[in-house]
Amino acid sequence: MASFRSCASFRSCHLPLPLLSKSKMASTTGETLAAAEPIADGRTEEVEEEQVVNPWEVSAKGGKIDYDKLVDKFGCQRLDESLIQRFERITGRRAHVFLRRGLFFAHRDLSDILDAYERGEKFYLYTGRGPSSESLHLGHLVPFMFTKYLQDVFKVPLVIQLTDDEKCMWKGLSVEESERLARENAKDIIACGFDVERTFIFADFSYMSPPIYKNIVRIANCVTGNKIVGIFGLTLEDYGGKFFFPYIQAAPSFPSSFPHIFSGKYSKLRCLIPCAIDQDPYFRMTRDVAPRLSYHKPALIESKFFPALQGESGKMSASDPNSAIYVTDSLKDIKNKVNRYAFSGGQDTIEKQRKYGANLEVDVPVKYLNFFLDDDAELLSIKEKYGSGAMLTGEVKARLIEVLSEIVERHQRARAAVTEETVDAFMAVRPLPRMFG
Amino acid sequence: MVVTGFYPDNMSRLNPKGPIIFHTQSLESRESSLSACSFHAASINPFLKSLNRNLKPIYSPAPRPPLLIRRRRRSMAFTKDQLLARLQELKVEFLSCDHPSVMTVEEQAKYVGHLGGALSKNLFLKDKKHRLYIISALANTKVDLKILSQRLGLGKGGLRMAPEEALPEILHVALGSVTPFALINESARSVSLLLDKGFKSQRYCLFHPLTNEVTIALTPSDFDKFLLSIGHEPAYVDLEDCPVVGKDNPPDLAYLIPAEALNLPGGADKVPPTSAPAQTNATLEQKTKQPTQKPKEPSKEQKQKSGNDKPQINVDAVADSTNVEKFVEKVLEKVSNVFISELSKQSNAEDGNIKDHMLEGVKQRVSSDLLSMTMTLKNSVYTQGFHAGIESTLYPLANKKIVERK
Repeated sequence: MASFRSCASFRSCHLPLPLLSKSKMASTTGETLAAAEPIADGRTEEVEEEQVVNPWEVSAKGGKIDYDKLVDKFGCQRLDESLIQRFERITGRRAHVFLRRGLFFAHRDLSDILDAYERGEKFYLYTGRGPSSESLHLGHLVPFMFTKYLQDVFKVPLVIQLTDDEKCMWKGLSVEESERLARENAKDIIACGFDVERTFIFADFSYMSPPIYKNIVRIANCVTGNKIVGIFGLTLEDYGGKFFFPYIQAAPSFPSSFPHIFSGKYSKLRCLIPCAIDQDPYFRMTRDVAPRLSYHKPALIESKFFPALQGESGKMSASDPNSAIYVTDSLKDIKNKVNRYAFSGGQDTIEKQRKYGANLEVDVPVKYLNFFLDDDAELLSIKEKYGSGAMLTGEVKARLIEVLSEIVERHQRARAAVTEETVDAFMAVRPLPRMFG
Repeated sequence: MVVTGFYPDNMSRLNPKGPIIFHTQSLESRESSLSACSFHAASINPFLKSLNRNLKPIYSPAPRPPLLIRRRRRSMAFTKDQLLARLQELKVEFLSCDHPSVMTVEEQAKYVGHLGGALSKNLFLKDKKHRLYIISALANTKVDLKILSQRLGLGKGGLRMAPEEALPEILHVALGSVTPFALINESARSVSLLLDKGFKSQRYCLFHPLTNEVTIALTPSDFDKFLLSIGHEPAYVDLEDCPVVGKDNPPDLAYLIPAEALNLPGGADKVPPTSAPAQTNATLEQKTKQPTQKPKEPSKEQKQKSGNDKPQINVDAVADSTNVEKFVEKVLEKVSNVFISELSKQSNAEDGNIKDHMLEGVKQRVSSDLLSMTMTLKNSVYTQGFHAGIESTLYPLANKKIVERK
């Protein structure tokens, strides 16, 4: 699952981390379970765990992340069927495929947001990206696709933070390079189809200004270094900016960081943050701080990690373009990648396949179809036939190629239409008078 | 012992010979011990003189221990005490006076008339589209509902008294207690408030603080402060003015129409919320980088004041025409209707179901692409308008520089 921030830096720390195995398509951030689990008063505990989920690393022994354990450990709640039905009732249309298929599976305070919305109390969306590279893959786009859905069904404004400063600190990029990457990524984000009347995109380097900086300092005054160490596993060897950055990621959860958009009766607007579950630590900290600054706690809706093409045991790395479908891939590339690299759960031979059927647990094309094929009936039929052996791997892959090609093509067409001026318009500090219209 | 303030708590304060209660705070104990003592009014000044300080009576409530910043209450009605607490938080000074429940201004005048403040009469009104208004006027201002209705652009009989049930439901006050302070309630956020401009010149304005058993007096500027704190821009209007409203004279108060209609207990259908008319932004639009879809949009919004009887329809239309999903729906509907009729010409009518099914399939496959393309178009058009806006603002300055250089 593409993460809120894409950060792949190795931390130079003494903690016994497993090798950075990016078996998940999304590089993610989060706290090392081996590092410290923050207890409310900042004490930390050394916990030996098998899986590591933190903003900078996601891995698990055996490859498979245990999401139930994760939800328990983080203390968020699972998104159950009743909430999905509530979504459908409130919005008046079918829930997004990511909700239905359980890609977005956990939340904090989502029911409060829905309660408030039913009462007529609005909210705004906040998501972001760490622009570490120019090339984005489908996993990176997933949170944005979901956020677009939220924006459309609830008709609420959205702020998108591009953390170019974070990439500067963690990846050692120059300031200029980070800024450039931020703008390039902004184009792909815009191509996901956000409504310019309701969306404000900003990059930290260019948006830092009195309103947001004051909030950052207010937040900074509430969270000690100990807590930061506890949540993010930093040490004194790390550069000081890394201690400060969490406050910067927290600040957009408070509407007063955007006085040009949220003023007057919207100055205490609620916030909903769609993100990958590895970002939970940042917002746990933010939720802790919010009441002290007399704001609503931001609500979260969290997603799982998107599987890499090679499956659980595959390593995702920037140098291996075959581990993911990139938005710049041609139709031929997609066909090639899926056919040759997508891990199949099918049997070795056609005879065996017809006899035993495929192992749907590990089959990557079926997993991808699970998330990208909207038609429930068709998906069910494919699973049945493939699992029983009536369908062959090649056929399933062919269907996946069709689905992915459509998505990528649409994205590329939209991307081609995004100009520098479009980015300027999205990033302009301007009021959004019809943001709830 | 420190005298912290005077808290005129009861009617007898108004009688100069009556006792006054004021609160004291002990310096010794960390927690303030507020004890009340009563003195005769006549003895206050000597007491103050004895303190050798030039203390003047401050008509403000006694300070309390620092209030915890409360989270916004969820859908609860505000009580009088909560309102007064909020005023204290805002450091608004006010005089409070208890009296038996009063239902009319005349009765109210008997108890608080000599405070030297301006009594207010408050009307809770609704229009045909179930939008709500509070008109707060000086007691002796003539309020003609017919004229106001025209000035708001609602036609001649547009304003009526709001139904009784709306009082407890929306304003959370009882009958006879209508007050601008009721706007502190979340449920009243779409109620439009019209204030008599005569208030501005008064020393004190008198209102009920959510109950008609109490009257509070506060200065007009403090009252404005309160309104701004709950997100309402104070709108002062000459209520007695009766301009002729016609084709050449647009309704001058149309900008005060609320953006949303409320679900009144009468079972009215909720009007889809219109986008905020952005009237206050209208003048800023030229200066800020307010993007426009069509170049004439800013002038369109400014003309809303001078528009027709139903200004909000303009805003609805704009919101509708920029809605990508509705646009795609309309396009698909048009195409499918035409397609069906063409098909029917070719084949027989029995295939009705098949055709519908086919159309559904077509629509599904084509929707995502159409939506994406339309959003791209919208964003591109907005961008062009946005930059046109910037250029047009910079153009005169750029020109000036060239001229000056020459």
